[in-house]
Amino acid sequence: MQRIGVFVCWCGSNIAGTVDVVAVAEALKSEPGVVFSANYQYMCSQAGQDLIKDAIKEHNLTGIVVCSCSPRMHEATFRKTAAAAGLNPYMVEIANIREQCSWVHKDMPVGTEKAIILGKAAVAKVNLNTPLVPGESPVTKRALVIGGGIAGIQTALDIADAGFEVDIVEKQPTIGGKMAQLDKTFPTLDCAACILTPKMVDVGQHEKIRIFSYSEVEAVKGFVGNFDVTIKKKARYVKEELCTGCGDCVSKCPMKKVPNEFNLGMDNRKAIYIPFAQAVPKVATIDADYCNMLKNGKCGVCAKFCQAGAIDYTQKDELIEEKYGAIVVATGYNPISMDKFDEFAYNQSKDVITSLEFERLTNAAGPTAGKLLRPSDGKHPEKIVFVQCVGSRCDACNEKGKEYCSKICCMYTAKHAMLTRDKYPDTDVTVFYIDVRTPGKNFDEFYRRAVEEFGVHYIKGMVGKVSPEGDKLIVQASDIIANKQIKIDADLVVLAAAIEPDKSARPLATMLTASMDTNDFFTEAHPKLRPVESPTAGVFLSGACQGPKDIPETVSQAGAAASKVIGLLAKDKLTGNPCVAHSNEMMCNGCSSCERVCPYGAITYEDKEFRMPDRTTLVRRIAVVNPAVCQGCGCCTVACPSGAMDLKGFANNQIIAEVDAICK
Amino acid sequence: MQKITRDVLVEKAVSLLENGTVANVLGWRKGEFDYDITPAVFTDKADIEANFVWNDFCGANFSKYLVQKTRKLEGKILVFLKPCDTYSFNQLLTEHRFDREKVYAVGVSCEGMVDIDKIKAIAGDGISKIVCGEMIEVSTVYSDEVIKIDAKDVLEGRCESCKSKKHVAYDELLGEEGDVIDSNRFDEVAKLEAMTPDERFAFWQEQLSKCIRCNACRDICPACTCENCVFNNPNSGVENKAAANSFEEKMFHIIRAFHVAGRCTDCGECSRVCPQNIPLHLLNRKFIKDMDSFYGEYQAGAEVGSRAPLVNYTTEDVEPCDVFEGGNE
Repeated sequence: MQRIGVFVCWCGSNIAGTVDVVAVAEALKSEPGVVFSANYQYMCSQAGQDLIKDAIKEHNLTGIVVCSCSPRMHEATFRKTAAAAGLNPYMVEIANIREQCSWVHKDMPVGTEKAIILGKAAVAKVNLNTPLVPGESPVTKRALVIGGGIAGIQTALDIADAGFEVDIVEKQPTIGGKMAQLDKTFPTLDCAACILTPKMVDVGQHEKIRIFSYSEVEAVKGFVGNFDVTIKKKARYVKEELCTGCGDCVSKCPMKKVPNEFNLGMDNRKAIYIPFAQAVPKVATIDADYCNMLKNGKCGVCAKFCQAGAIDYTQKDELIEEKYGAIVVATGYNPISMDKFDEFAYNQSKDVITSLEFERLTNAAGPTAGKLLRPSDGKHPEKIVFVQCVGSRCDACNEKGKEYCSKICCMYTAKHAMLTRDKYPDTDVTVFYIDVRTPGKNFDEFYRRAVEEFGVHYIKGMVGKVSPEGDKLIVQASDIIANKQIKIDADLVVLAAAIEPDKSARPLATMLTASMDTNDFFTEAHPKLRPVESPTAGVFLSGACQGPKDIPETVSQAGAAASKVIGLLAKDKLTGNPCVAHSNEMMCNGCSSCERVCPYGAITYEDKEFRMPDRTTLVRRIAVVNPAVCQGCGCCTVACPSGAMDLKGFANNQIIAEVDAICK
Repeated sequence: MQKITRDVLVEKAVSLLENGTVANVLGWRKGEFDYDITPAVFTDKADIEANFVWNDFCGANFSKYLVQKTRKLEGKILVFLKPCDTYSFNQLLTEHRFDREKVYAVGVSCEGMVDIDKIKAIAGDGISKIVCGEMIEVSTVYSDEVIKIDAKDVLEGRCESCKSKKHVAYDELLGEEGDVIDSNRFDEVAKLEAMTPDERFAFWQEQLSKCIRCNACRDICPACTCENCVFNNPNSGVENKAAANSFEEKMFHIIRAFHVAGRCTDCGECSRVCPQNIPLHLLNRKFIKDMDSFYGEYQAGAEVGSRAPLVNYTTEDVEPCDVFEGGNE
């Protein structure tokens, strides 16, 4: 029989305001096994914890129930308290009489009655608790960063500089991500390439960093400290270790009409290509969809001209298995498709472009060599209209766009407008906006400079329609401050398209069992206090995969994620969770139901010899749980048809006892 | 009525036994009465030739016997499987309940089995002899007259709504392969669903109150293969052979139906062996029908290793609220 102590917390007036804590302590005193019961203002305070410790020693308690806030808040606290008094920490149960009781009830008698019931359930459970001892697992001292944009680059550099090995998996042929496509960066107007490419080079040359470019994560198994990851290295038909990046193959390739994704399809590249001059790794890649040699065996020019002998048309996708202790997701974002926004005539006119396309049009390495020219006729646009919030801040019922604010558009639109006016002062620039949001260091000053120094027309109001007429684009909009309708015959319309998480994020989240919100942004373990950790242990978040972010914010989050990874990799051993599943081998019939539902691959089978009553032996297949892999989710316990699977700390009989106590 | 004759099966069994392919034959043995056929293990030629039976009363599904027999018997076992039996066979393989290497499965085409109770209802008690055929000839001790009954009129309930004449597993097939049948087996469930909750409760109360807790349904069920059954556990409070109270008799069958949900192949053995003629298969069939409508059609045992909808997750799965509404119609 257990000797149980009950400790009822007031939480100031948080609980005591709605629950008669004295009555709760009194009522629980007569529950089976309870030998001590007390109440106190703040049980989590030092004095409250001392009360618990003293009671454990004085009354030889074998288990305690703390009626307080959610176990997510203070279960760890009270477990430590119990351990300090010599009690096994898993002999502690929390009855949540705050979030699940006082906060949801107004009426004192109702709240008190429910608090007593919740307390009884916890007592019933402690009566069946057994001391548990957590196991330990080793830590693989290597991190995986998924995504090689600025977020992934910064995280990888910070981890590697701390002395740990890092692998970057990037699905494109080069790292660099979206930042490599940008022209200048707000609010200081540094050239994006000038500040990014040195970091890319650092990554490429860092002895602790390996880059798997043109690669994707294929499968993830394991758990914090011990992930087994399969990486698919897509065939690029060029031997990376031989290619010098000289570019001879590119200049000789006869297949010239391949849309250049780096310039968002605004010009063409070859079938064999290096995305841009500063690519890391600087290795050519053959686009199998366009290469004549790969498609019909007729060509082979690149192989003929490659002095390094790096071309290999027979290359196959390669699967690489690697172990990691931590995984950082840095999958980034993409502008949303403009297909649903017919009113802006994006698909009707070449001169309606997105902001990222505008970025390429003004970039010296872009399709126009940095001259701002209209895509349709190559003429200099004299009137430019910028439309903000295209697909951002939409109604929930509007299926076209996103409900959230994409956060970066106000600033880059101000940047575009300012740069245009700076380079081409004769250009008339108008920006339509809902609100201008500039919360950031030197951000509002930047926007005000665009308006005040550079004479950009900011008009509050949304554009209703853009219609191509001749070589003009007729922009119909409302000016809600002047309360009038406006028509502008623009030469170029730039849409600040909302951003969304990369499409690869959702399947990756499934592989990682990491959670996502409805917009496919990864969710953090705690929105305020654990912003760079995913709720899945060992998985960390960096950059726009967690929510829209600008570069400074991305870099700081990348550093934060790196510091969390370093903290993890610095440990030699991780203490596991003892609340894991185990199989009763006398009941298990080896049917594999548990194995099929286990999300962590924690269950295997073995043929075990059993001695039968008649002294014969019988070999039976039984399930075995790997406690280091098991996360204690309990799927197997409900899937097991024989009731052989049970969860330590949440045993079937404990849960039934709780239900019985509630229903009594 | 069976197209394939006993002689073909006997010849197959004897030849496999004699050439050493198998050491045991799981088949149907003559019982005390002509309709009283018993599952049995044969190991010698003379015994097979004298006592092996294949006729319209061979309803027993041997799949479950393989769990124990493959553990205990030396050498390979020949098992005869009717099309419906092969689904149970596959389901047990999915659950790793026996070693496939130890079994030689011979599929036997089946024209449907007959129900002795239906024959007795026509011919009366005191049956002394039955000769199977298109027309079943029944003699009784009370009369010299031979009563002739069309076999099609006295088919077992499960055979009237046969779901498949196709064997989904075998090493060798005797007779012709059939097809999966677009059967009307869910009509009976629809009838129950059309009742008001009170009517339905009354129906089940009447049926389940007949239960004597003989456990035959559990013992025969190929999905019931736990090493230890909860209903054998003295601590469960529900291990009694006699139903202690109405709760127990209801819960026994409903718990069992929940337990086999998603794994039940609808072989119909539970209803066949019930000495009280409780239509137990309807509970299981209701589950199958619901799962089909919520998760898309799924036939347990159609293939080895398939994932039943209740232990699978896809993003297309129905939301719990839809299931709730579906159940609340």
